[in-house]
Amino acid sequence: MKASGSARRALAAVGLTAVLVGAAACGTAGPQTGGEGSASAWIISGVTEKAFDNSFDSWNAAHPDQKFATQSFANDPYKQKIRTAVGAADAPTLIYNWGGGVLRSYVEAGSVDDLSDLAADPALKDRFLPSVAAVGQVDGKTYAVPNNGVKPVMIYYNKDLFAKIGAQPPSTWGELMALVPKFKAAGISPFAVAGQPKWPLLPWFAYLVDRVGGPEVLNGIVANKPDGWSDPAVLQANRMIQDLVNQDGFIKGFASISTDSGADVALLYTGRAAMTLGLPATYQTIKTGDAKFVEDGKLGYFPFPAVEGGKGDPADVVGNPSNYWSISAAATPQEKQVARDYITNNLLNDRYVMDLLTVGNVPPVAGIDDTIATSSDPDYFRTVYDVTAKAPSFQLSLDQALSPAQGDALLTNLQQIFLGQMTPEQFSAAMNATIGS
Amino acid sequence: MTVSTASSPIPAAARVPAPAGRPRRTGANGLLAVPALVFFVVFALVPLAGAVVLSFADWDGLGELGWAGWSNWAGVLTDPVTGQALLLTVKIMVVSWLVQTPISLLLGVFTAGTQRYRAVLAVLYFVPLLLSSAAVAIAFKAILDPNFGIGGAPGLGFLAQDWLGDPDLVLYVVIFVIAWQFVPFHTLLYQAGVRQIPTSLYEAATIDGASTVAQFRHITLPQLRYTIVTSSTLMLTGSLTYFDVVFVLTGGGPGTSTRLLPLDMYLTGFSANDMGGASVLAVILVVAGLGLAFVLTRFSGFARMSSEQEGL
Repeated sequence: MKASGSARRALAAVGLTAVLVGAAACGTAGPQTGGEGSASAWIISGVTEKAFDNSFDSWNAAHPDQKFATQSFANDPYKQKIRTAVGAADAPTLIYNWGGGVLRSYVEAGSVDDLSDLAADPALKDRFLPSVAAVGQVDGKTYAVPNNGVKPVMIYYNKDLFAKIGAQPPSTWGELMALVPKFKAAGISPFAVAGQPKWPLLPWFAYLVDRVGGPEVLNGIVANKPDGWSDPAVLQANRMIQDLVNQDGFIKGFASISTDSGADVALLYTGRAAMTLGLPATYQTIKTGDAKFVEDGKLGYFPFPAVEGGKGDPADVVGNPSNYWSISAAATPQEKQVARDYITNNLLNDRYVMDLLTVGNVPPVAGIDDTIATSSDPDYFRTVYDVTAKAPSFQLSLDQALSPAQGDALLTNLQQIFLGQMTPEQFSAAMNATIGS
Repeated sequence: MTVSTASSPIPAAARVPAPAGRPRRTGANGLLAVPALVFFVVFALVPLAGAVVLSFADWDGLGELGWAGWSNWAGVLTDPVTGQALLLTVKIMVVSWLVQTPISLLLGVFTAGTQRYRAVLAVLYFVPLLLSSAAVAIAFKAILDPNFGIGGAPGLGFLAQDWLGDPDLVLYVVIFVIAWQFVPFHTLLYQAGVRQIPTSLYEAATIDGASTVAQFRHITLPQLRYTIVTSSTLMLTGSLTYFDVVFVLTGGGPGTSTRLLPLDMYLTGFSANDMGGASVLAVILVVAGLGLAFVLTRFSGFARMSSEQEGL
């Protein structure tokens, strides 16, 4: 039996309502529109909100008949809300996304416009770092353009604690493991990690798989290669994680630590843990929590160490290349035109770049060395910029790169690896079973 | 439509004057039930039917819907997580009842009394009732943080445990937080119940020399029978829908240690974007809820409630 399109849509909406009612979740109306000739955008609240607000405000001031109406949301609720809105063809004109598997699902559902012509526009073509712009492409066509800072994951450390035990930042996994007993002997936890929300565990897995087996292993997994999760590199990476857990490499009770309160990063600047593996948000959280810690030069950072005998290039990076704007296919032609004009003229322009740097984000814009040199912390921003620009491979966070069902399963299974509730072999089998879902 | 027939439940034939000797049907006009019935059909039955249909569909929340036959059902029913979620739900239901009933019964009896400072204490007990679930969960998450939570306070170091990260401990922490939130409500029920008990019963018992404990056992408890049934029914059916506190507090983790059935449904639908699988879980939840409600009303005497004060 094949129901007609509209009937199926209605049915889908009804079913969705049932699930919503059951979960007592609440939904609000669709995007606000500011009248004729106006477009809408949803943005994420937090440190970069200001840069987005400034950009849209200056656009609105210069184009009174082509205004943007913006609304901001917290990160996790946004991810769920936007999907429902896109599915109901009720999304804002500009759809904020992370590239990867979610963008692919939008493309396959015909929910976003092909922006290849915009990307080829001389005004935009050379604006972005190529490795970052590439994440906005699906099957060779551009569907999304970068709109936010680059987010490579690095290890951040407390220089005072390193000086206390006379240690240097490790450049190999062996050196890192050798530091663990030394820190413990000094009564310091080697690593802080927020195990409660699950996703901060992901870069540990992605980095170790990359360093052991090279980027092909994760690329194969993302491409749904059969039995990709039983690759020896995956098994070894999980064994290394469990080894680190068993030697108390992570602070006691790490599975209870949440990240939205910054309790993981606070352990670093309050001197209770020596290191943490994190996104640039780590830097911003420390800046907010204890600006003096950064100003006094106590915060250090270094790339994830190499693994002895591993195939991966130690310059490979894991993280979120950037965030992206896509244009909703369901928007009206006028709204689409406003969005396109905005992207061509105002996206990541000089003011936008400066605003992002001010809040501690390094924009994925080519040739901004001079701007970085005049920023508040040139050393840090240059490190982040260079790590991104020079990375042979920039692996998007796996929960975003994989299909939503696989990403969800990965988070749960990886947490069980960290808790020792699952062996590496069980993990591989469980994840292989999710291929194609 | 069922609405039109239901709106006049008395068949036409029955409207002819009743033969002498048989009592005429009395009571409210069936038409008065129409608004409630319409709401029930639109907001309960139609979405329910939608969920049943969607449980046979393959849909990720975007794009076109395809038919999946029984594959969603097979997938969900063979998934060990589903069985575990059901077990956890039953466990949390039973333990919550065992924890909450005695506490709220005793508190209810206490707050119904006339002791000094009773009113002040009663106000304090009812504070959790005023807070939203999300606020309760966020507050407990901060309090239970192993490094910066309550364990950091001087002299309370023993409270710095891995409360939300230990797979064996976390369920009981969740049960505690839920009890903290819901005990005040049930206390209120019991308080009202106790206030209904005629003082003459206690006066007579006192004259007969019955102790306070004996009065509690032989007067208070039997008189509260239906309050206990009501409170238990609310607790047991309510525990099928525990979602908000657990979602904010643990997100179902660590691993799947607190992935209750409603949470499993939500995460399957809105994190994994498998609307078909989530609908299967929704249908299971509905069936479990109806089954539980049936058993409770059938065997608890809920439907046969009558006054306990005959002869007074």
